Amino acid sequence: MNPTPRLSRTEGGSRRRATHDPRWMRALLVGAAFLFLGLFLFVPLASVFAHALAKGIGPYLETFQDPVTLSAIRLTLIAAAVAVPLNTLFGVCAAWAIAKFDFRGKQVLLTLIDLPFSVSPVISGLIYVLLFGAQGWLGPWLAERDLQIIFAIPGILLATLFVTFPFVARELIPLMQAQGRMEEEAAMVLGASGWKTWWRVTLPNIKWGLLYGIILCNARAMGEFGAVSVVSGHIRGQTNTLPLHVEILYNEYNAVAAFAVASLLTLLAVLTLALKSWVEGKQAASLAAASAATSP
Amino acid sequence: MTPPRFHRSRTVLLSTLSSLLLVTGVALAKDFRLLNVSYDPTRELYTEFNAAFARYWREKTGDTVVIQQSHGGSGKQARSVIDGLRADVVTLALAYDIDVIAERAKLLPADWQKQFPHNSAPYTSTIVFVVRKGNPKGIRDWGDLVKPGVSVITPNPKTSGGARWNYLAAWAWALREFHQDETRVREYVRQLFRNVPVLDIGARGSSTTFAQRGIGDVFLSWENEAHLLLKELGTDKLELVMPSLSLLAEPPVAVVERVTRKQGNEAVARAYLEYLYSEEGQDIVGKHFYRPRSEAAAAKYAAQFAPVKLVTIDEVFGGWQAAQKVHFAEGGVFDQITRR
Amino acid sequence: MRHLRQRSVLPGFGLTLGYSLLYLGLIVLIPLASTFLKTTTLSWSEFWAAVSSPRVVASYRLSFGASFLAGLVNCLAGLVVAWVLVRYEFWGKRLVDALVDLPFALPTAVAGIALTTLYARTGWIGAWLEPLGISVAFTPLGVFVALTFIGLPFVVRTVQPVLQDLEPELEEAAASLGANRWQTFRRILLPVLRPALLTGFALAFARALGEYGSVVFISGNMPMKTEITPLLIITKLEQYDYAGATALAAVMLVISFALLLAINLLHWWGSRHHAPA
Repeated sequence: MNPTPRLSRTEGGSRRRATHDPRWMRALLVGAAFLFLGLFLFVPLASVFAHALAKGIGPYLETFQDPVTLSAIRLTLIAAAVAVPLNTLFGVCAAWAIAKFDFRGKQVLLTLIDLPFSVSPVISGLIYVLLFGAQGWLGPWLAERDLQIIFAIPGILLATLFVTFPFVARELIPLMQAQGRMEEEAAMVLGASGWKTWWRVTLPNIKWGLLYGIILCNARAMGEFGAVSVVSGHIRGQTNTLPLHVEILYNEYNAVAAFAVASLLTLLAVLTLALKSWVEGKQAASLAAASAATSP
Repeated sequence: MTPPRFHRSRTVLLSTLSSLLLVTGVALAKDFRLLNVSYDPTRELYTEFNAAFARYWREKTGDTVVIQQSHGGSGKQARSVIDGLRADVVTLALAYDIDVIAERAKLLPADWQKQFPHNSAPYTSTIVFVVRKGNPKGIRDWGDLVKPGVSVITPNPKTSGGARWNYLAAWAWALREFHQDETRVREYVRQLFRNVPVLDIGARGSSTTFAQRGIGDVFLSWENEAHLLLKELGTDKLELVMPSLSLLAEPPVAVVERVTRKQGNEAVARAYLEYLYSEEGQDIVGKHFYRPRSEAAAAKYAAQFAPVKLVTIDEVFGGWQAAQKVHFAEGGVFDQITRR
Repeated sequence: MRHLRQRSVLPGFGLTLGYSLLYLGLIVLIPLASTFLKTTTLSWSEFWAAVSSPRVVASYRLSFGASFLAGLVNCLAGLVVAWVLVRYEFWGKRLVDALVDLPFALPTAVAGIALTTLYARTGWIGAWLEPLGISVAFTPLGVFVALTFIGLPFVVRTVQPVLQDLEPELEEAAASLGANRWQTFRRILLPVLRPALLTGFALAFARALGEYGSVVFISGNMPMKTEITPLLIITKLEQYDYAGATALAAVMLVISFALLLAINLLHWWGSRHHAPA
């Protein structure tokens, strides 16, 4: 998945000395990395599973038969199923416009696309309350028509859309910028339609990056807590997503169930990340193949 | 072949009749949905009470009621209702939070406390101390909380309704102890909060901090939460201490009239809250460590509620509106004493 | 009038840009604008009072300080992790590589609960640290731990690709000219890695500033001591002070925007000065 092993195999003695560190240093650095990751990553991860299985496998599995948990799973899946395609469509459009054309204000546009990433989740939820809440700007209009946005599923979808907004675009823009527009221009000059150019030339070039962005977007959509918490209303069995359900169970002194649901989310995350590293491998392989094909 | 034909015609007749009934709106059984927006410590209480009410209502009217619950900090829940969470009934920690709903969103009349008996508070509670087994720091009363080396756990009065009760109970005790000398009362409460190492956002967060994280010598808690904590985590680790004076907490309930009128479930919503005052309702209330209003239930559960001198917010602070303004508003007394 | 863009044979500019702007406007800009609109209901002096009260200033100090420190630690540790992942072979490497992104995908509440459970004095790690006189949970140190966790993937993920693309010739040339490993790193590698490190730092910093879910569990939320700025927004909301809450939100939004703009300009500047061959 990274080109280093390929390089080192072909290298001679002097090269090896230049890019390879002494054994003690490698041990030291690997040790330091493991210590850091251990304290901040592995141990917290292990503790989630340890607590989830504290009373054995039976109570652990029982959690997932609770209809309230099942409805939280369903809502989380719905949120991801809506947010991911919409943000993917946006990401592709934005990347095409930004990477293939030059126009003024590009930096500002890029920054605005990034913005939801660094906005505090508290604010991401608050903005929808200000907009659609009963006391908000559109509140009276919505109330007249008996429409419910926040404290209902639409609010949860909006908050999820907001927090996962940048991921596909962020992934595609640098990739498409790096690839330039020559291949597409050639296709157009040779008479292909715009649609065909996109489908036959651009998409094959970006497919792994696109998938990577989708996976990140999905991971975040299923895991968002803060923003969704502000707009959910916490109605049991109706507007609780999985991350909110963890908090509720924890507050009910039901640590085993809380950590069981947390472990499910962790497993989803790990699964997503495994998928991601597989995609990365594919991406690197296809890039390597491409560069091998172009260089003699 | 006569019987089947007869049978069929009867089925047709029945189905025509029932569809006619449905069209005219006189359905045989109705489905109702109620959303009860409540605060944190009532989860267990309403889980049991909702089932009891649904059973009672089906027996009485044949209709089914599905009651949905939403729990969170009392202030947060009130804010959600103001912002548009469609609660049919609210059952919150303090009257002030329902006052705010009435005032800001006009979802119920300002005199909502007249909806039900006892100022619309079907159960009461108070503030007690939870200490570690054997009471190693010898904590008996409010005065012991400011001793050096005593660490006190309470949630943040800015974010938690229960914490406001804690704070005001300490204030009420100090007023009596220092003969209404405001300066000394203020100094006492300042000392008290200096002994607080963690201010969680809600009551449940604090009880976890105290019981599971092992932080603090004394936890200021709702009486019902304290009993629940002892039940969940074992009386071999914790025990309950009743101070010499505490506040009479009257968690109120109300029908959110504008919402129920729209949904057409006014009658069920009213009956639901009224049922809290019934003998079965009061029994469930007592079972979950709230102090019941009815004498029968109070007698049945008398053993679990130690006698204590209780004063009310109205007597000591002139009501919740005044207390909120003086103590918890931006720049109020709480802000002043926690600033150094 | 000159066109907004340079001429190109490629189609779809109007459509894709138009759609992007529309979607951006609907999902991000209009909702964010509502924050600023709400803030305008305050007079200037009210706004200033809301964003500069001592408690708020103390929260800025904690939020910025802890985020900065966490970003710094992630810079160092992230560089080491990225280096190890790119340059060395060791057991469990692929697993480590996949798990680095976990803080990004894990719900923050889960992270908060797990970290508090671990670092409290009854927890696996807290039980070791407490006898040494180090308490983590419910202190500013706890805030730092949570923010470090949250920012962990960013430096690793920005430095990793740069390290991978690095031409070995550079280091070889330095070595053949007699530079030792440390000199090569300082003089050759660090300048190349600097933009990526800076970007990773800024991303981790920006993310940490706004973090809420994981911090409120572990911080203890003591006024003037361990309150972060997002918590004060929530606190103001609990007091029904919507305008005050949005005033704080507006301040944080402007800071986030400025940080991100700085990163993007840095990239743009970098790519102009190191134009691709």
